[in-house]
Amino acid sequence: MALTLCKRIMVLGLTIVSLVLLTQNVSHAEYGDVVMNKYSDDSGIRPVVFPHWFHRIRFRCKVCHADLGFKFKAGGNDINMLKIIDGEYCGACHNGDIAWSVENCDLCHSAKPKTPTQVHESTLQKLIRPAGAPK
Amino acid sequence: MVRSKFLASLIFSLVIIALSVAWMPVPDASAADPNTFNRLMKPPSKRNPPPTQDGIHDPGSIGTQGLQTPREAFKPLPQGQSGNYVDWVKAFDAKKIQPRFDSKDPKAKPVIMDLTIVRQVKGSMPDVIFPHKQHTEWLDCSNCHPVPFVPQKGANQMSMASIMLGESCGVCHGKVAFPVADCRRCHTEAKGKATKTSAKAAAKPAVSKKK
Ligand code: HEC
Ligand code: HEC
Ligand code: HEC
Ligand code: HEC
Ligand code: HEC
Ligand code: HEC
Repeated sequence: MALTLCKRIMVLGLTIVSLVLLTQNVSHAEYGDVVMNKYSDDSGIRPVVFPHWFHRIRFRCKVCHADLGFKFKAGGNDINMLKIIDGEYCGACHNGDIAWSVENCDLCHSAKPKTPTQVHESTLQKLIRPAGAPK
Repeated sequence: MVRSKFLASLIFSLVIIALSVAWMPVPDASAADPNTFNRLMKPPSKRNPPPTQDGIHDPGSIGTQGLQTPREAFKPLPQGQSGNYVDWVKAFDAKKIQPRFDSKDPKAKPVIMDLTIVRQVKGSMPDVIFPHKQHTEWLDCSNCHPVPFVPQKGANQMSMASIMLGESCGVCHGKVAFPVADCRRCHTEAKGKATKTSAKAAAKPAVSKKK
């Protein structure tokens, strides 16, 4: 019993290591920058970069992650432009009242095309490569 | 039966590893000096790069050029040791930043809870002190209770391995809040100092794990 658990953990470990190897994308972006690319590439627009550092200087986590309902999961919120112009998610602030409004497409859609959805410099990204070593 | 299943999955993982190693970008030997001082670590000069050089923003976009550079924003803030290289707790306490508690009302005030929980740690590392104060300054109770933590002292299983995989404290630490590298910010209490109540708490997980 203990042995099979051990084996399972081993296989799980190996799979995680290999997934990390497969998905690693070398960059040295700011810690906590989230790239969102669930729909952007498919719609022919640059993916979105959300800078945590910039927003946490102005708002507590609670404003977005409790009041506005952003789940703690990159790509886990199914955000699209219709929701944004209706005042949900980014649109709760980027409405020309609290922050500049949605017509500034390029300020949000600023990532290199094809950049996958992810949180930058996270521990998981760094497990096999210390501190986002330069390529 | 079990054994062949295990072998099959082992082979599967090995194949994936082989594939991913084959897919990994081969460093271009001719391009750069192979003996740079820091081979794996990111040197201090490369920290908090401007968006145009950070590898994820498209430098060709006008939008990117309009964005703020982290270094400029962080200049007035107390330095940290990892992550953004900003000590967000000190920055907050010294009122260098005054993040809003409400998206519209800049005057809304939070309810701060000052309750610390001591978690006894196996081995040589100092015990972990979890402070509700610094957390409720930034977060809502619902960000942690009931997921990822049942609000009961000692009722949650925690380990360094799960934190590194992004569970437990790792939901935030290692992604947005200060990263795992800052061991001593969590492992603060010397061994043996922990009170009797926390000793009891440490014995609890075995009971509540069954759930
Ligand atoms: C202005 C809004 C905003 C603020 C303030 C904010 N966040 Fe976020 N957070 C987001 C968005 C947007 C995402 C990405 C969600 C998505 O991709 O669907 C995110 C994602 C996350 C994630 C998920 C990363 C992962 O594992 O995929 C974590 C953890 C997180 N935030 C923690 C925090 C913490 C801690 C704070 C406070 C210091 C904070 N956030 C403040 C908007 C915000
Ligand atoms: C709680 C309010 C709030 C939410 C939600 C929010 N933002 Fe912002 N954001 C702001 C404010 C305030 C500014 C600063 C506006 C200004 O400069 O006038 C800003 C600025 C920005 C900037 C520019 C940063 C710079 O360098 O100047 C980007 C990019 C950005 N937001 C992206 C996003 C994205 C993407 C989302 C949704 C995932 C989002 N924001 C959600 C309030 C918010
Ligand atoms: C405040 C930030 C912000 C601004 C400004 C913004 N977007 Fe978006 N947009 C997003 C986010 C976040 C998503 C979801 C990204 C994803 O997961 O691919 C998105 C998704 C999209 C998508 C794909 C999904 C859909 O709804 O069809 C398109 C197309 C798009 N945006 C176009 C635009 C255009 C055009 C503008 C300017 C008029 C614009 N966006 C301005 C944040 C923004
Ligand atoms: C950042 C995450 C986080 C936030 C936010 C948070 N808690 Fe906790 N809470 C914890 C952890 C971790 C424990 C300890 C659990 C353990 O030891 O297994 C805990 C324990 C508790 C306990 C049990 C104490 C005891 O002596 O048994 C209570 C009650 C509690 N929290 C209430 C709250 C309330 C009320 C809020 C909002 C004001 C809050 N928490 C916000 C993480 C959090
Ligand atoms: C929901 C997100 C979240 C979770 C979960 C969380 N933290 Fe935090 N923690 C934060 C934020 C945000 C800060 C503010 C400092 C920062 O962002 O670097 C913080 C600060 C701290 C501090 C204060 C450091 C100081 O300098 O005063 C300690 C200690 C800490 N966390 C330990 C823990 C431990 C231990 C756990 C797990 C039991 C945990 N945290 C879980 C978000 C979180
Ligand atoms: C975000 C807070 C946090 C940080 C940062 C942190 N730890 Fe931990 N550590 C914990 C918690 C929580 C536990 C589990 C305590 C328990 O058993 O309840 C733990 C447990 C441990 C253990 C005991 C073995 C185990 O997995 O339970 C060791 C050893 C350890 N940590 C080493 C480190 C080292 C080395 C670092 C720095 C690289 C570090 N920790 C950084 C929170 C943290």
